[in-house]
Amino acid sequence: MTTELLTWLVPLPPLLTFFLIPLFTHRKNGLSHWLAILGAGVSWLLSMVIFFRAASISHLSEHPLTLAVNWIPTGENWLQIGVHVDPQTAVTLFFVAWTILMIFIYSVGYHNYGQPKGDHDQKGLPPHGATVTEHGHAHKVPSVEPMYARFFAFFGLFAFGMYLLVVTDNLLTLFIGWEIMGLCSYLLIGFWYARPSARDAAVKAFLTTRVGDMFLMLGLVALYSITGTLNYQAILHNEEVLARLASAVSPVLGLSWAGLIGILIFIGAVGKSAQFPLHVWLPDAMEGPTPVSAMIHAATMVSAGVYLVARFFPLISAGWTPGEPLTAAMLVVAAIGTFTALFAATIAPAQDDIKRVLAYSTISQLGFMMAALGIGAYVAAVFHLVTHAFFKALLFLGSGSVIHGMEHGVLHTGEHIDPQDMQNMGGLRARMPLTFWTFLIGGLALSGFPVLTAGFWSKDEILSGAFNGGFVLVFVVLALAALLTAFYTGRQITLTFLGKPRTSAAEHACESRWSMTIPLCILAFFSVVLGWAGIPEKFPLLGGVIPNWFGAFVGSMAAEGAHGAEAHHSSIPLLTSLVVALGGLLLGWLVYRNTEAGAPDPLKKLGMVYVLLRRKYYFDELYHFIFIRPAMWIAEVLVYAWGDLKIIDGILHFIGNAGTWLGNFLRGAVDQPIISNGGDALASGAREAGGRLRVIQTGRVQQYMLISIVVTVLVGILLLLLASA
Amino acid sequence: MDWIFNHLVTLILFIPTLAALLMLFLPAAKITLLRWWAFIASLIPFLLSLVVWARFDADGKGFQFVEHTIWYRSLNASYHLGVDGISLTLVVLTTFLTPLAILASYSIQERVKAYMILFLLLETGMLGVFLSLDLLLFFVFWEIGLVPMYFLINQWGGSNRNYASLKFILYTMGGSLGLLLSIQLMGVVAGTYDLPLLFERWANLKEATLLGMPTETVKSIIFWAFVVAFAIKVPVWPFHTWLPDAHTEAPTAGSMILAGVLLKLGGYGFLRLVLPLFPQQAHQFAGYLALLATLAVILGALGAWAQKDFKRLVAYSSINHMGFVVLGIAAAAWAAGTENAVIAVNGAVLQMVTHGLSSAGMFFLVGVIYERTHTRNLEEYGGLFTLVPVYGGILLFVAMGSLGLPGLAGFVSEFLVIRGVWPVFTLATALSMIGLFFTGAYILKALRQVLHGPLNERWVGHLTEINLREIVVIAPMMALMLLIGVYPAWILDVINRAVMMWF
Repeated sequence: MTTELLTWLVPLPPLLTFFLIPLFTHRKNGLSHWLAILGAGVSWLLSMVIFFRAASISHLSEHPLTLAVNWIPTGENWLQIGVHVDPQTAVTLFFVAWTILMIFIYSVGYHNYGQPKGDHDQKGLPPHGATVTEHGHAHKVPSVEPMYARFFAFFGLFAFGMYLLVVTDNLLTLFIGWEIMGLCSYLLIGFWYARPSARDAAVKAFLTTRVGDMFLMLGLVALYSITGTLNYQAILHNEEVLARLASAVSPVLGLSWAGLIGILIFIGAVGKSAQFPLHVWLPDAMEGPTPVSAMIHAATMVSAGVYLVARFFPLISAGWTPGEPLTAAMLVVAAIGTFTALFAATIAPAQDDIKRVLAYSTISQLGFMMAALGIGAYVAAVFHLVTHAFFKALLFLGSGSVIHGMEHGVLHTGEHIDPQDMQNMGGLRARMPLTFWTFLIGGLALSGFPVLTAGFWSKDEILSGAFNGGFVLVFVVLALAALLTAFYTGRQITLTFLGKPRTSAAEHACESRWSMTIPLCILAFFSVVLGWAGIPEKFPLLGGVIPNWFGAFVGSMAAEGAHGAEAHHSSIPLLTSLVVALGGLLLGWLVYRNTEAGAPDPLKKLGMVYVLLRRKYYFDELYHFIFIRPAMWIAEVLVYAWGDLKIIDGILHFIGNAGTWLGNFLRGAVDQPIISNGGDALASGAREAGGRLRVIQTGRVQQYMLISIVVTVLVGILLLLLASA
Repeated sequence: MDWIFNHLVTLILFIPTLAALLMLFLPAAKITLLRWWAFIASLIPFLLSLVVWARFDADGKGFQFVEHTIWYRSLNASYHLGVDGISLTLVVLTTFLTPLAILASYSIQERVKAYMILFLLLETGMLGVFLSLDLLLFFVFWEIGLVPMYFLINQWGGSNRNYASLKFILYTMGGSLGLLLSIQLMGVVAGTYDLPLLFERWANLKEATLLGMPTETVKSIIFWAFVVAFAIKVPVWPFHTWLPDAHTEAPTAGSMILAGVLLKLGGYGFLRLVLPLFPQQAHQFAGYLALLATLAVILGALGAWAQKDFKRLVAYSSINHMGFVVLGIAAAAWAAGTENAVIAVNGAVLQMVTHGLSSAGMFFLVGVIYERTHTRNLEEYGGLFTLVPVYGGILLFVAMGSLGLPGLAGFVSEFLVIRGVWPVFTLATALSMIGLFFTGAYILKALRQVLHGPLNERWVGHLTEINLREIVVIAPMMALMLLIGVYPAWILDVINRAVMMWF
């Protein structure tokens, strides 16, 4: 089959499983997960075929593989949708396919497949453990997830959304995949829906990202209205269209249309990739099961935002040549990205929940990518997107494995502690060696541990891109953020795995099953080797030994100069990355290596600053106060209670009452006195006259005769008089 | 057979009436018989309208399946029926939803005979509006639709039914009063009620005067009377307050038809009569219409978000969604003849269909849970997903359709409207996004309160799962929502070709 046709097929298997599982197999856990893994596996296989085929095609970026069909008639024309494979699609497909498949397999173990049903488990709540009796005495073990099949069905839809987003050739279907993932994040963050915190986090995630989506939608229709198409190739690789967009002035703030649309699209990505100021949903999204966190925060959804901005990089940078001042849209992207990178990195060290630390680190790393895109280092951004997906998926799954092990300990000892709190851990290195070593690799990659890890190469490329491009402020801020990253990673590894167990649950934690640890190993493998695919040629010693395949392949997508470090290499950024990575890790280890059980966190010495960081700068409270409460007041009081019930219905009721009053008035003033009483008067007058005349109606013939004679005589006299006169 | 094929639209129109008349002779005590009679009788027009759909030539000019007979010779009014791509879509929507609504009414236990008769008469009334090509006929059916609905609300409605039904009928009657007068005015001035003739003559009519008023004044008066009548029906803000009352108090199937079809009469009136007959006036006042539509989108969504009553929340959502229909119409009125107008009207017509599906579905699902719990108060539910997983899944699906989730029908139509309106009324489009955001807010609010959160123990053992009949009612709507969402071309192509001829 042609690659184009294969690409059409990529998203479909997971979608099929989404329909098949609830309809047919939801009572059978094993069948459901095999079906889901089979679907993800087929998509993975197709993706790999496409990736390797695409990698072997020369000039792919100028002549991407496309295949489109008519979808919506718009007057004389059709809006077409289809697939599009170029280097960016190919590398994205690569990491998406691997991470999704790994997360699927991992979920089997995470949800305790094969374990007994829980004693008191109910749907909508996490499993609480089951009591089993062995050798005459009962003890508690983890129990299987009560909504096991449903989880895999939702996951199928999620994978479909991401694959659709990646393979599509136009912004509209990208948006469809984008929103389907939004739905899935809602469903999966709120997977344990009976927990109020999970339910609220789900709503928060959906609505916060929806703010961004509304802007994205505007950007989409604006782009469509002006260019008459949404196809990437027709807009982004068409100099004439880009030039027109860059020169036409939009009605907003004097921006060009390219600038305005670029910013609107970027706001969509701000929501999805949890950039400041729409970052608030992501830490709460940790309410979902850990595979979900990995799915949302590494493999799929948040990466989609960066993917989108990278995809529209030609539009955002329309009219820009390297070395010149940034376009307005690039400036916005760079500013938000850089700020977010540091902002989130400051919050992470003050968190104790193992997943929340990772959540803030995700926000921060996505900020790195955005910043790179904003300063024109397109290749570095995509490179970091790919490597980050692997090591962040690894870290999330690793933390899930830790939590799992801790839960085992909690069930075993009956201790009432939070199994996600790092302060309760310590010394897990001995109990969970595989998890430790893989987590260590992920952590080092995240910190940018030199040379060995993939994270080093991609982060170094961003830093050197910023430095060599002359964006000193960006460089300094990102370096600071990188330092903090290494610090909190060092803290996390030390608190979790090193030292001595601080609770008896941690003492009794046990290593996870192979279905969880094998994905960890595979992801760890990629977290190391992937970096070697993108070693810059001018790197000291190593440069040129292994060809910079990534730079060449993806670099063909962008104009010259967007290659980041390559143009003029300086050793300052390299030294900086070495210092911040190693220094941060060391610092984290030094500060936390001797943490005792129950001892306060050393950072508490910072006082108010610690509280501020711990409470995430009070953004949740702030938003609640300035957005949510006023919006509710406007809706409930202003619009409904006053607007509809008091004013509009008030006017209606007034008209109604006026009608009733007028009716009553007419009845009282006209009907009753004149018409009704007039008629009555006529009738009663007649009756009265009749009554008076009744006296002559005696019934005696003589009297009638007499009256007749009298009348006849009188009339006769009258006639005579008249005749004579 | 030939006779049948030559009179397809008449059959579609009057088979429900015929069935209702025959029903008078059925015994009132045999409830099962009455239900099945009504259900099967309403299936026939649906099947026939599918035949019409299949035989319809999307490329054909003007109206098809035309039937034309003299009705009132002295008035020059005729029995003139026919369909084009726009009206056909709505006819199929009507004949599709009516059997489902009747099936949904199987839970009605009291006075089933009267109920079913009214329902069938209602179907004729609605179909007549879409099928009429004569203004007087149009008006007759317009009014016929009101009466059964009044009685359905008034006799089988909720606790506040008297107020709601009175408000409904007086409000709509108030609107149709002007409609009647101006239709008569048109008849007098133009000398005919025949719509195809009026389409040719009316817009260019110059020298016709009435009581010394210049033509333009006459046209303006008629224009405004039409606009008010249809604006009340849609309803456009601020004429909307009858809707939450009527929809909330009506029996489940009544709400389904009210939201699913009756509101579309207003939108159809704009598209069929106002825009083609009064292009200048429509262009002149399009901005105001767009403003009201935007207000409907925003305030409707906020109003829905403010509700504590599940059914009322869904009722308010109709104002929000129908706002997009009017927004598309306003854009077409302003920019007639451009591609933007075509896209906007495509979106508006499709939005009528997709809203018909999603709102009817939502009202039905509210009805399902109300019949079991006897409460509509959102705060009294909670965590029901655990008790009724199938119902929960269905509710999620339909609610997402109503929210406009891409992949389901509502998204395509809203996208088209926004795309069509953006170049015309850019600010209004941008502002309507606020409404679209709050669409998400109120849908999630409903789901959050009904399905999620800690289980309210009160319903354990009382709340039963959705039954097979109810699944049969909702499944076709879900299938269509998905089908249109995934591959909209099959229906949009028919709409698009018709719209291109008109706008």
